[in-house]
Amino acid sequence: MALEWIYGLIGGLLIGTAGALYLLLFGKVMGASGILSNFLTETGKKQFLSNTTIFLFGLFFAPLILSKVDFISTSISPQTNLTKNVLVIILAGLAVGVGTKMAGGCTSGHGVCGISRLSFRSILATIIFVLAGILTVSILKHWLEII
Amino acid sequence: MHRLVSLITGSLFGTGLYLSQMTDTFKVQGWLNIFGDWDPTLTFVMGGAIIPMFFAWKVVKHQNKTVLGKNIELSSRKNIESSLIIGSILFGLGWGLAGLCPGPAIASLSFGGVNGFIFLLSMLVGIWLVSKLESHKYLEI
Repeated sequence: MALEWIYGLIGGLLIGTAGALYLLLFGKVMGASGILSNFLTETGKKQFLSNTTIFLFGLFFAPLILSKVDFISTSISPQTNLTKNVLVIILAGLAVGVGTKMAGGCTSGHGVCGISRLSFRSILATIIFVLAGILTVSILKHWLEII
Repeated sequence: MHRLVSLITGSLFGTGLYLSQMTDTFKVQGWLNIFGDWDPTLTFVMGGAIIPMFFAWKVVKHQNKTVLGKNIELSSRKNIESSLIIGSILFGLGWGLAGLCPGPAIASLSFGGVNGFIFLLSMLVGIWLVSKLESHKYLEI
């Protein structure tokens, strides 16, 4: 349990390596919201097994395989602890979808890739969504006390 | 080759998100909970991810094409539009509310149950909605 931050660091390095390879080989920013958005525009265009689809396939399958592995004496386990309130899930999903599309990026695009490029837009976007997230969690936890 | 790179980068991304437990909404909400029992994990994830990316940007800076012969397509936008600010606020609200962002939403799909799918679908509807409005110029803020 005490070593949780090490798994965070290892995980982060892997995410960064993925983003670095993506940039060095494809010449594009690896942003999950952008890739999902591409996936939506591609559907119906008969882009069978496109790069976008295969990337999403890997993103889905790697955790699926790892979820079958027992990481003994670590806190790594396949649980999302996602709220059971369907209305909250739908509202949150819509806000994340609309927000990331409008802002042109999410935690991976603006947060990881943009910050490391020292892009002012990305740094600003990250500060704003982190502050909005802190505000939301604080209201839910300390004021409404529902999570 | 391109497909192999897509598979490797997608899988690495998913592995990183799973090992760092960013697929657990409690970890993310715990990081945002700075006035309570703060969980620092996401700081290490971000820090760890920024290191390889930082060097990749250094390499790419002086290139026009990648090793695979792809053009380097990067945003050169500098101006701050209101959509960047409003979008980031909305994203932050949803992120705090559920503790999921787009990457982990897909990475956790295989063990997230029906609710994980509902989140992903709502998110896709949101993305689709904005792209429709943008293409019809209804959304010019």
